[in-house]
Amino acid sequence: MTNFRNHLYFLFMGALALIILPYFISSRFYIDVLTLIFFTAYLGQSWNILGGYAGQFSFGGVMFFGTGAYVSSILLTTFGFPPIFGIFLAILGGAFLGLIVGYMSFRSGLRGSYFALITLAFAELLRVLANSVEFTGGGVGLFLTYAPGLSNLQFETPVGFYYFALILMFISIAIVYWLERSRFGAQLVAIRENEDAAEALGINTLKCKIYAIMIMGAMGGAAGTFYAQKYLYLDPPIAYSIHLSVEMLLVTIVGGMGTIFGPLVGAFVLHTVNEIARHFIDTPGLSLIVYGLILIVIIGYLPNGLIGAFKKKEKKSDSTSLDKKTSREDP
Amino acid sequence: MISASLSMLPAAIINGLMYGAIYALVALGLTLIYGVLHIINFAHGAMLMLALYAAFFLFHLFNIDPYVSILIVTPCAGIFGYMIYRYGIGPLAKGKDQNILLITLGLSIIIENGALFFFSGDQQTVNLSYGFEAFDLGFMYLSYPKVISFFAALLMCAVLWAAMSLTDMGRAIRAVAKERQGARLVGINVERIFAVTFGIGIACLGAAGCMMLPIFYVDPYTGNIFVLVAFTIVVLGGMGSVVGALVGGFIIGITESVGGLLLGESLGQIGISLIFILILIFRPTGLFGSKV
Repeated sequence: MTNFRNHLYFLFMGALALIILPYFISSRFYIDVLTLIFFTAYLGQSWNILGGYAGQFSFGGVMFFGTGAYVSSILLTTFGFPPIFGIFLAILGGAFLGLIVGYMSFRSGLRGSYFALITLAFAELLRVLANSVEFTGGGVGLFLTYAPGLSNLQFETPVGFYYFALILMFISIAIVYWLERSRFGAQLVAIRENEDAAEALGINTLKCKIYAIMIMGAMGGAAGTFYAQKYLYLDPPIAYSIHLSVEMLLVTIVGGMGTIFGPLVGAFVLHTVNEIARHFIDTPGLSLIVYGLILIVIIGYLPNGLIGAFKKKEKKSDSTSLDKKTSREDP
Repeated sequence: MISASLSMLPAAIINGLMYGAIYALVALGLTLIYGVLHIINFAHGAMLMLALYAAFFLFHLFNIDPYVSILIVTPCAGIFGYMIYRYGIGPLAKGKDQNILLITLGLSIIIENGALFFFSGDQQTVNLSYGFEAFDLGFMYLSYPKVISFFAALLMCAVLWAAMSLTDMGRAIRAVAKERQGARLVGINVERIFAVTFGIGIACLGAAGCMMLPIFYVDPYTGNIFVLVAFTIVVLGGMGSVVGALVGGFIIGITESVGGLLLGESLGQIGISLIFILILIFRPTGLFGSKV
């Protein structure tokens, strides 16, 4: 156990295992499930920065995803702009949307449930807009052509998308890893714990929260490009679906808000549960019922998520051991 | 095109008023729960959908007219709401605002997909014998169900208002809304009042569901459509304000039908989320804010 608590070693081994994993799995199904897990973990991580660290719950996180997807896809279909550069404009677009939404809602002092609801309304607004204007393809949607190649961010095998999603997830973990050790991250946590006190201590809470939502937006934008290039179709209900908004917060809360690996653990557990439930009873709705139950149970009994529950046990058992200094994850 | 739209404007406004009264009833439950418990019930739309299904099955299986089943569904919904708060939401949330938001979110996921699981995703409607009869107002036809629902919704609002102002229970609820600690000191069982209020809020949905069934179709996702509508009305009217819910309901009903007329079917839906955002940003207390 002592070795495992060595953070970087653990991180490195885990990353290596995920990198070589496709060489041992020949089943297309498992590769696809893992890709989806990384993708959801990545989106969860973006939610985690604003929700888990800064304590601002959003119910409309999908808007950055959808906007990023539309930015790179429209650039591709109308101007033939290659998605490998388009993804950066999608990131910019997501960050810009984050700036607008963050500035508007945080400046007028919206907190807690009000902030959650206004993000929901923004996502809904964008969905209606995307449905009504010409250049998004309206309700018909956008069809992308399949032309595998790095410049299109499309791949011939599912393994290509596996690595694409894995890289995104690694980047997201690196961002949060940096966040936990930075002054900015500490400021976000201060805002989460007590916003008025943070303000009184001289933290520019408005600026910090806007930065946090911009990071979330930037990450969501890249996820949009990934999705569009993988599934080659986009329409307003997909781009701004409330289910994805819910899934982001679900994986994070189940795994553990405000932790580096919470979203990944949550995504892994939920997708596994989903696949198992689907294996036994393949009826629409059932796996989501299980999701809802898990969410309620976690909120009621494990407010710090699975990681929090695991850590508590670990802490209890090693309260006698001497090497407490090595466990750095607890703030 | 524009002149044709303008000539239909009075009809759109009257239609909006009809829907507005029902929206108001949905929002009334939400605003009451917010005003007393200071929580946001995200499962409001899902519970409304359940009420619609209850009315649908009463009609489908026992041939009970939806307006008669108000008398059955309303008390059942009330008991359901009471139980679910008393034994579910209340003990699990431990008094944290965001916890309640997430628990009711989980609840809405369960209810919605439970409905999908048991009732399938098909859209259901009822065919009433008087469903297609209408009053002729000269410039428009107004179907019977719309008119009946309009007056029934107004009557429900009046009954609720009277119950809140005249009965002991209503007085206790208002006391808890105003001053939780003080209410506890004079011997009111605050936890019980919370559950009763939640029950009353859901009972409003039960009545609203029955009134809506003759006009709207129902499927497992119906609640999604109304959840943002109800939140918008509540925020517009002022969280916790009963008058606000009524006025907000009418404003949103009219906005929706006039917006649909002037901007077209698709873009017309923008009015509700736009109003919601603007109100939250510029006047978060709403039009009649901060009181029950």
